[in-house]
Amino acid sequence: MSTAPTMSTAPTMSTLSLAVLHTRYQVLETIRIPVAVIGNMLFPALAMLFFVVPQSVVAGDPVSATAATGQLAMFAVMSTCLFSFGLGAAEDRALPFEPYLRTLPAGPVPRMIGRMFTGAVFALLGLIPLVLIAWLFTAATVTPRQALLSLLVIVGVALPFLGLGLGIGYSMSPKAAIAVVQVVLFPMAFAGGLFMPPEIFPRWLDVFSQTLPSRAGRDLLVQALTGLHASATAIPVLLGWGALFAVFAAWAYRRDEGRRFR
Amino acid sequence: MTAPVIEVSHVTRRFGAVVALDDVSLAVQPGELVGMLGPNGAGKTTLLSLVNGLRKPDAGTIRLFGSDPRTPASRVRLGSTPQETGLPPTLRVAEVVDLVARHYPNPRPTKGLLEQFGLADMARRQAGGLSGGEKRRLAVVLALVGNPTLVLLDEPTTGLDVDGRHMLWGALRDYHASGGTIVLTSHYLEEVQALAERVVVIDHGHVLADDALDVVIGRVAVRRVALTLPDAADLAALRGLPGVVDVSAVGNGVNRAELLTADADALVRELVRTDTAFSDLEVRSASLEEAFLALTREVAA
Repeated sequence: MSTAPTMSTAPTMSTLSLAVLHTRYQVLETIRIPVAVIGNMLFPALAMLFFVVPQSVVAGDPVSATAATGQLAMFAVMSTCLFSFGLGAAEDRALPFEPYLRTLPAGPVPRMIGRMFTGAVFALLGLIPLVLIAWLFTAATVTPRQALLSLLVIVGVALPFLGLGLGIGYSMSPKAAIAVVQVVLFPMAFAGGLFMPPEIFPRWLDVFSQTLPSRAGRDLLVQALTGLHASATAIPVLLGWGALFAVFAAWAYRRDEGRRFR
Repeated sequence: MTAPVIEVSHVTRRFGAVVALDDVSLAVQPGELVGMLGPNGAGKTTLLSLVNGLRKPDAGTIRLFGSDPRTPASRVRLGSTPQETGLPPTLRVAEVVDLVARHYPNPRPTKGLLEQFGLADMARRQAGGLSGGEKRRLAVVLALVGNPTLVLLDEPTTGLDVDGRHMLWGALRDYHASGGTIVLTSHYLEEVQALAERVVVIDHGHVLADDALDVVIGRVAVRRVALTLPDAADLAALRGLPGVVDVSAVGNGVNRAELLTADADALVRELVRTDTAFSDLEVRSASLEEAFLALTREVAA
């Protein structure tokens, strides 16, 4: 009886090599539609140009200008996470190719990692024009050490939004996802102090704001950029939301079987 | 003793109120070439999506190479085609093939496979720019590129012209001759007849027939015979004629009947032998749908 073939032991490809593979092809797919890349780079840069540069009080003050850049960078990263993961995953799921990929001998992890890296690449690309404008037209300034630290912080604060984006993307249709992403993104960005600095918020809004992941991320990023201390609750708030969104993403992925019809 | 490559036991799958598969059991042995035949919506695609791990059954178990198809390792020796012709439109043909090939430890060389399927010239073209037939062929290339021992093909030749279809059949016969196991779905009787050794007929989530090709073809290859009789009372007698599985009255005021029979020749001979007075005799092959209907009634009877 020991001659019976054990058929299930065939080795699969390593997660790392598959993750590299999916990253490469997802980047390739994205850059073949250049408008998507340019649009992503344009929005935070234009917001900087129209809303920050003309206000000499903000633009002329090194700390305020740097904080404003940080806020818009936070918005850009949040928006990339929610749009490219939330909407992107929902759209991909509606295509027959995505369920097909799930029949290949690979788990969900490589494709997820690929999506994360692709999102990170384009989110960071989107920051380049923003940073250039801040550098050229405002008094914003950072030391190399602050810049490097901020880069790490931005990746860290993006993670909870990545979870939220994936959860939305894997639990709803593209049309529902675009509505939900917009409903979530703009109020959360506003209340998180990404468009207006939280210093000018009324007290009640400031207190509420501090419970939001967008505010926590913003405070941590501004601290890394300017040395203005974030409140002690920022890290626990971000971790709490991060855990919740991670559970949401895992739940949504597991119940997903591709497109559903009723 | 060899273990079956696919083992489906007492599987039920519902979509809301619709029962797509109802207590289906089926095993496929290594090296078999199985054709799954059934009208659209019969449950064929659902069955494949359970075998390739995309969906979970509501009840019952599925084994692929002896383990749960939801685990990636069980799918290392499985190849399948994308549903419909959904390929990433911006990737080039060679890139799509490469993306799939790199999921397997032992893939076939892309170049040779593209040549075999007449796609070598298209390697640099974006998948979105291919014709329907080219996309269909690329889908089958994707099923084979991982060097699998089992391929699941969902409607592989839908939308192909005659040449494309024959080329594809040739490639599948080669694959099977080299020891590969194939399960293909089709709603063309002709396709299943050209390829399969074993035929499984599915309708409304039930397996209606599962047997060697000739046996099943014998049961579904029915003919439709129409004739007009002088007397309405004679219609009932038609039911007793050779091979008749169904009789229906047609027309207003005329005593015209349509019979479905497995053996039209014997039926006509019998009509003549018994000196039955008939007129306007018409014999044609029944459509697959009519054959299925006949088969369903036969099972119910």
